[in-house]
Amino acid sequence: MAALSPGNQGVRLAVRYLVLILIALIFIFPLLFMLMNSLKPTEQLLADTSSLRAFLPVGDLSLDNYVDAFKRAPVGTFVFNSVLVTGVTVIASLFICSLAAFSFVFLDWVGRGILLSIILATLIIPFETIAIPLLLIVSKLPWFGLNGLEIGWLNTYRVQIIPWIADGLTIFLFVQYFKDLPSELVEAARVEGASWWQVYRRVIMPLSGPVLATGAILKFLVMYNQYLWPLIVVQEESYRPVMVGLGYFFQLNVAWGEVMAYLSLITLPVLAFYLALQRAFIASIASTGVKG
Amino acid sequence: MARVSLKGVRKSFGTADVIKGVDIEIEDGEFVVFVGPSGCGKSTLLRMIAGLEDITDGTLEIGGRVVNDVAPKDRGIAMVFQTYAIFPHMTVRENVAFGLTIKGVPKAEKAEKVAAAARILQMEHLLDRRPSQLSGGQRQRVAIGRAIVRDPAVFLFDEPLSNLDAALRMDMRLEIGKLHQQLGATMIYVTHDQVEAMTLADKIVVLKDGKVMQAGSPMDLYHHPANLFVAGFLGAPSMNFISVDTRSVDNGLAMVANAALDPIEVATTGRDIRTGSRAILGVRPQYLVPSATPAEGMLHGKVTLTERLGAETVVEVGLNDGSRVIAAFGEDRILAPGTEIGLAFDPRQAHLFAEGDRP
Ligand SMILES: Nc1ncnc2c1ncn2[C@@H]1O[C@H](COP(=O)(O)OP(=O)(O)OP(=O)(O)O)[C@@H](O)[C@H]1O
Ligand SMILES: [Mg+2]
Repeated sequence: MAALSPGNQGVRLAVRYLVLILIALIFIFPLLFMLMNSLKPTEQLLADTSSLRAFLPVGDLSLDNYVDAFKRAPVGTFVFNSVLVTGVTVIASLFICSLAAFSFVFLDWVGRGILLSIILATLIIPFETIAIPLLLIVSKLPWFGLNGLEIGWLNTYRVQIIPWIADGLTIFLFVQYFKDLPSELVEAARVEGASWWQVYRRVIMPLSGPVLATGAILKFLVMYNQYLWPLIVVQEESYRPVMVGLGYFFQLNVAWGEVMAYLSLITLPVLAFYLALQRAFIASIASTGVKG
Repeated sequence: MARVSLKGVRKSFGTADVIKGVDIEIEDGEFVVFVGPSGCGKSTLLRMIAGLEDITDGTLEIGGRVVNDVAPKDRGIAMVFQTYAIFPHMTVRENVAFGLTIKGVPKAEKAEKVAAAARILQMEHLLDRRPSQLSGGQRQRVAIGRAIVRDPAVFLFDEPLSNLDAALRMDMRLEIGKLHQQLGATMIYVTHDQVEAMTLADKIVVLKDGKVMQAGSPMDLYHHPANLFVAGFLGAPSMNFISVDTRSVDNGLAMVANAALDPIEVATTGRDIRTGSRAILGVRPQYLVPSATPAEGMLHGKVTLTERLGAETVVEVGLNDGSRVIAAFGEDRILAPGTEIGLAFDPRQAHLFAEGDRP
């Protein structure tokens, strides 16, 4: 190995930081572009895009675009719907998929290998191919709600939530993670008298912080970006999520300033979610220290 | 408190037979050690007793009750794993109390039991730490503590000390011995380590390829090994095996010799040894003594290697017939390679095996 002289090391460090800064910039520029332009009138915005001014808070700045965006569309409703649908789905999905993975990894039952392969096979099926059959199914499904028996799930929250709870990828993530946990932990808990539910609840889940965080982030992204499915199953404005709401801003004349304002608004929950999870993520890794 | 009894116990993983018909009787309060080479099925057998592997065939009784199909938690056992298997996300206190928490034992009683276990294991000061803040020996103590609080009738240990360094291993070995005296529970202990087996066990069970080679007290096995495998497995350095010709057999005594061995009479102890047949003479290195004067059963050879350990000198001797033996002298000696040497032994300390005693 080459000698690590102090100078040599300094250069390495500088290069490393330079690369990191570059990557950070690549990720930050679109956000900056969106935020800055949401403050500018459309004419200035279009003029600025050809120069670096697009990334700078210069010229005629105001919150007018935000006011107009709220006038044009029920932004609050869209954000609420998306946050609700996403939140419920993420939590339900982590619960259901981790339970499924638990039974695949730790319980002994006939056919689990085959069933797991079938579930993994679903990973390669694009959603677009099953969208129409799924639509036909959900349009005829019964539901027992406050008003008694109803037929058809269209124009509801549940139609946006339930089909998305169980998915192969999340199950796969959990299966992989559980397989790497020391099997003696489960055996020790069993010998100590824990039921399977207690093993799941008291031993496996507390050690699953990292995979819960990963699963939550992936699911969040899928759910918050839902477009095609809500577009075909939800016609009522009051149940629409944010991505479908974006259509309100692409009428005959695209008001780019308002688009940027709307995008800035709907990005806020994403940032909040990410920051919250990042802390939980780091905390869980630090506190468990799964290493023997 | 409980007896443990295995009758015709078998285990197969698919088509692989791992345990091939094992019968073991373990008395109440006995300390039994399973030893054997790697892969012989010690862990599998222990896990079957624990209920972590199901039993393919045969019966397992604990405390007079057949428990083949009883869940681990209802067998009255506690198990200590080689990797400790303590829960990384719980404090030591929570780890030790885990079984009691699951059972729903009231808080006060739980605290009392945890405190008592911590006292026995001298880890009161560790109770609020997390496993990641403990040394290997301390983790093992936690694992043992978790077993103690539930007051099991049978303790199962699977190589509990093998991840510790030599000094700590000795401390913990003594502690486990003390624990056994204190609790009086039945203990079944799996190990690779002969010293652990010899010092801890009331009874040693030697296993090979899923079969019991011999079971008995440590001294019984040491002095009266049933076959060549047990003879070679117990004792360090291991027993010398010398191929000999049987000149005559008379009244339970066989006169044996070979090119490097002067004739000597050794007891056949009922083994199938006949005049004119080949036999195997087993002598432990510790019983070989250098002799200047001709003696019965003298082995002739040249020193090829010496290891001076201070209190003991281990010498490898190349015999005149081309084979080798190891001798261990209980004193410091300087023996240059190439030195002619004669080794004598007391025939009462020697074992004679027939070719058929190779399992
Ligand atoms: N789940 C399993 N599936 C298939 N074979 C297994 C399984 N568990 C153990 N075996 C086999 O059974 C045999 C005995 O294994 P076991 O772990 O009991 O050995 P051991 O005596 O404890 O060895 P060591 O001293 O190395 O721990 C080995 O050949 C092993 O490969
Ligand atoms: Mg083992």
